Amino acid sequence: MYAISVDNLSKSFFVPIREAGLRASFRSLFKREHREVLAVQNVSFSLEPGEMVGFLGPNGAGKTTTLKMLSGLLHPTAGEVEVMGFTPTGRDKEYLRQMTLIMGNRHQLIWDIPALDSFELNRAIYRIPHDEYLQTRDEFIDLLDLQEIVTKPVRNLSLGERMKVEIVAALLHRPKILFLDEPTIGLDVAMQRRIREFVKTYNERYQATVMLTSHYMADIEALCRRVIVIHNGQILFDGALADLVKRYSANRRLVVTGPAVAADFSRYGVVVESGSGRVVLNVPRADAANVTSRMLHDMPEIDLLIEDPAIEDVIEDLFAGAGMGASDERDPLAR
Amino acid sequence: MTGKRMRSRFNEIKFLTAFYSLRVKYAALLVFQYRLATFLWVVGLIVEPVIYLVIWSTVAREQGGIIGGYTLADFTAYYLVWMILRVVNIGLHPGAFEWRVRNGRWSHLLLRPLHPIHDDIAFLIGNKALDFVILIPILILLGLFFRPDLNPTGWQILLFIIACLLGFLVRTVWQWALGLTTFWVVRVQAIFDLYFAIELLLSGRIVPLDLLPDWAQRLANFLPYQWSFGFPIEVAIGRQTWSQAVTGIGIQLCWIVGGWILVMFLWRRGVKRYSAVGA
Repeated sequence: MYAISVDNLSKSFFVPIREAGLRASFRSLFKREHREVLAVQNVSFSLEPGEMVGFLGPNGAGKTTTLKMLSGLLHPTAGEVEVMGFTPTGRDKEYLRQMTLIMGNRHQLIWDIPALDSFELNRAIYRIPHDEYLQTRDEFIDLLDLQEIVTKPVRNLSLGERMKVEIVAALLHRPKILFLDEPTIGLDVAMQRRIREFVKTYNERYQATVMLTSHYMADIEALCRRVIVIHNGQILFDGALADLVKRYSANRRLVVTGPAVAADFSRYGVVVESGSGRVVLNVPRADAANVTSRMLHDMPEIDLLIEDPAIEDVIEDLFAGAGMGASDERDPLAR
Repeated sequence: MTGKRMRSRFNEIKFLTAFYSLRVKYAALLVFQYRLATFLWVVGLIVEPVIYLVIWSTVAREQGGIIGGYTLADFTAYYLVWMILRVVNIGLHPGAFEWRVRNGRWSHLLLRPLHPIHDDIAFLIGNKALDFVILIPILILLGLFFRPDLNPTGWQILLFIIACLLGFLVRTVWQWALGLTTFWVVRVQAIFDLYFAIELLLSGRIVPLDLLPDWAQRLANFLPYQWSFGFPIEVAIGRQTWSQAVTGIGIQLCWIVGGWILVMFLWRRGVKRYSAVGA
């Protein structure tokens, strides 16, 4: 049985529209116009129990809307969703006790009292047995190094500290399903790494199924082997992260070091970086092997490293409609 | 009822008791952090009944010391008990419902395995703890100054406490039902203003219901307002017989059940419209 199963899921919103200005405002008193926005269109996918999947897409692609439907916050316009055997919109208490949705802007802690008190309240709300609660709480406090923080009123915490305690509060009931929507947004690099490690540990320890959105590719690369890419409400790609790079990057990067770096490399490919004792070339993926052997033949003294482009660049190309040379019949941009 | 269902019902009550006791405690802790604000709020709150008291005392004096069966001492008793009811009855401000819809603040409440109305009720109860700490000495001072005619018997005190709690639930549940209209009409302040304007007249808040014209008293019988204000006050000051008081408590329960059914009806439909924008 899948942990999450989504079949032809769609969500549309009717949003009021009117032009700027007083006249348009007055006109809207008598005649309101609405436009249908298709936020998610016929999305289908499934996740195995314990799987961690990155959910990628530009702003407005439909990621958060999808996660909100999976958590039961939003009612789908069409399609079927099943999570742990439950229909999320039923808001069954048993389901709500097995999942959590963590969003970048979190509000579940009580502002004026220490986080420890909010944790205690969550213990009551989620009916966590007292021993289990103490064990989980102390374990998470250790993992995130929160000993000094949890006794301060939440309003006195920094953004990063608040996010860490919010995450602990959201996981005290050991949910089996985690929907993480930009969990590291606004955090510094060290804090991002800490939270990534924490999510990884949680996934391993509790075999939780995790669906993660993030604009920081480091989060995705560190946590997810599989990614689902969504754009304009439709799925562009669903597969291994490594395959995404192979499929959608038209080029490979050749990094040249050694005594010959002053030579002219433009005959081998597009020079994207030159200096500091190294040259970086972009060459078409299909030609990479040929170009490499030519270079080594012409300049046997050079050191050559062949890399895939950075995942950020691949994603950027993908959303920009570039890098679509590879065939993908499901790809809506290719139609 | 089968054993399994009874166990499940018992567990639910046990769970709610544990939740309420904690949530009330934390809500009380919150207000104790803002002592000055709460003090000023309670002081501001007693200004309203003192104004009513002065006005009606003056009118009664000019009418020979009694008006509609209320003596000066009766008016004093009425408005002093009024102060208790005012604190007990504080419900969720309409702005809170608007804010939750406009800023997506229903989201975290919807994700928990607990109906949000429980969180609000528990919060409102805890929130009153400091109000009472401040109000009680004020009431004693006002009592010494104004000399009310207030000599409740044991059963009157008991029924008054029950009527107060039920009055709080009547007002909270109906305000909640009204607040849920924000799922359809985001701005509800105007609806609440109308609701409170009628409450002011027909609840016994400005004036005891006995002093209203007959048609207004009849109209008040079809509305929930008096069961949060006028009725508990009348129980305390001895204007309700035992049987009238017990019947009144029954009517309060009916208003709570009716409001609860309406809340559940609106809730089920409202959350389907929730767009979770902002969070």
